[in-house]
Amino acid sequence: MTDYNAYIAAERITGADEGPLAGKTVAVKDNISTKDVQTTCGSAMLEGYVPPYDATVVSRLKDAGATIPGKTNMDEFGMGTTTETSAYGAVENPAAEGRVPGGSSGGSAAVVAADDADMALGSDTGGSIRCPAAFCGVVGIKPTYGLVSRYGLVAYANSLEQIGPIAPSVEDAAELLEVIAGPDERDGTTRDAREYGTDYDFADAADGDVDGLTIGVPTELLDGADENVVETFWDAIDELESQGASYHEVALPSVEHAVEAYYVIAMSEASSNLARFDGVRYGQSGGEGNWNESFAQAREEGFGEEVKRRVLLGTYALSAGYHDKYYKKAQDARAWVKQDFDEALSNADVLASPTMPVPPMKRGESLDDPLTMYLADANTTPVNLANLPAISVPAGDTDDGLPVGLQLVGPAFGEKTIIRAGSALA
Amino acid sequence: MSENAVDGDEVAHIADLARIDLDESEVERFTEQFGEILSAFEALDEVPETDRKADLTNVMRPDEVRECLTQEEALQNAPESEAGQFKGPKVS
Repeated sequence: MTDYNAYIAAERITGADEGPLAGKTVAVKDNISTKDVQTTCGSAMLEGYVPPYDATVVSRLKDAGATIPGKTNMDEFGMGTTTETSAYGAVENPAAEGRVPGGSSGGSAAVVAADDADMALGSDTGGSIRCPAAFCGVVGIKPTYGLVSRYGLVAYANSLEQIGPIAPSVEDAAELLEVIAGPDERDGTTRDAREYGTDYDFADAADGDVDGLTIGVPTELLDGADENVVETFWDAIDELESQGASYHEVALPSVEHAVEAYYVIAMSEASSNLARFDGVRYGQSGGEGNWNESFAQAREEGFGEEVKRRVLLGTYALSAGYHDKYYKKAQDARAWVKQDFDEALSNADVLASPTMPVPPMKRGESLDDPLTMYLADANTTPVNLANLPAISVPAGDTDDGLPVGLQLVGPAFGEKTIIRAGSALA
Repeated sequence: MSENAVDGDEVAHIADLARIDLDESEVERFTEQFGEILSAFEALDEVPETDRKADLTNVMRPDEVRECLTQEEALQNAPESEAGQFKGPKVS
């Protein structure tokens, strides 16, 4: 166990004797199913739940020779930006004392930052890999939707989420992505990258060559960001420029509405996905009474406050009379965001922004103000709406020594482009 | 949009639809927070109607018998089971 409360359980799972990850430890977020090893999603609802099968990414880790040192702590069902909503206690940030590690994959980023694991897997629905990577000063990749199998990932918002790597360097993250990527007959939304004009040699792409790279900077993603963060961001762009890259400003008007659209869609999908937790097939039993009473009782006891909030708001957004106002409008916004990104990426190789508009928050200050916490996801959520790949690399520290992440967004299946660009910095 | 986008009765009604019991303090807190959050969502009114390209296609496969979980594995996490089946509360 770590001092940071980064593992929910540190049960060791050993992989094959040989393979590209032999001798490496890869911690796994606790919403990714591990056969015969408890998988809680950070929820009291699933305390003691032991999956009878491995997620596809876990099978691939084992085949590649990795050792899994434990299951990492996370915001309950991935719902949070600070890893404070876990039923198993908050995670501390090993890179910034007294600050949150970011979320929801906060445990995965913390074990990598503290060097308790060589690498880790997280999942990213609206920034849950990139945010903790940025806050803990490590590298995180959110892959193109469909690059990595979600089979065995306990669903929060299916249309948005992807599993991805967190590591100390871009090259290590790319190596781990290489192992987990590729189509899976058990996830019908996976695609073969080779049919999109690329291949899976991600680690080779980490050559740091940014000569001639064109970077678009969406001004909307700098507006309203913390001054110190913006300063550190421009330092990183200067560094890329000095290595031969060039930048220009671009306009993405649609992203002004992205975070709201994201939350409507994610909460709506969550309200449907989490309906499976009825306390009958798995999870905490609701005890006696009729079906509806028992169901409602199990969910009152099993779910934490943030999960209840999102399931309720999602139920509201999908209910008669409100569907057109919220859900349909959010889908329009999603299509608009996609168009905007496609257009901006037709004139730039990558788009750059601060990963998070703020430095890591102080512990305990976000829980009572959910709206402020949601709005902190303004720069990461548009990428999930657009199904695109993005990487967060350390950009430097603020004057107070707090880590700042640089986010680079690429075109669909353009993982090699963002890996190459990111590797010039980390 | 005012703070009272929803009142306590509405929150209780949604909670009933979502099958989540809430205590009174939760209803109170959620009523206030939902007012704020739903006001922020109002910004979506400004989003233009956008053509949604359907770039997704159904992925089909033949429906063939293949290896799957055993009955025992499928039941191993159930709080209660009986005669090889899940045991749930009565429906009415």
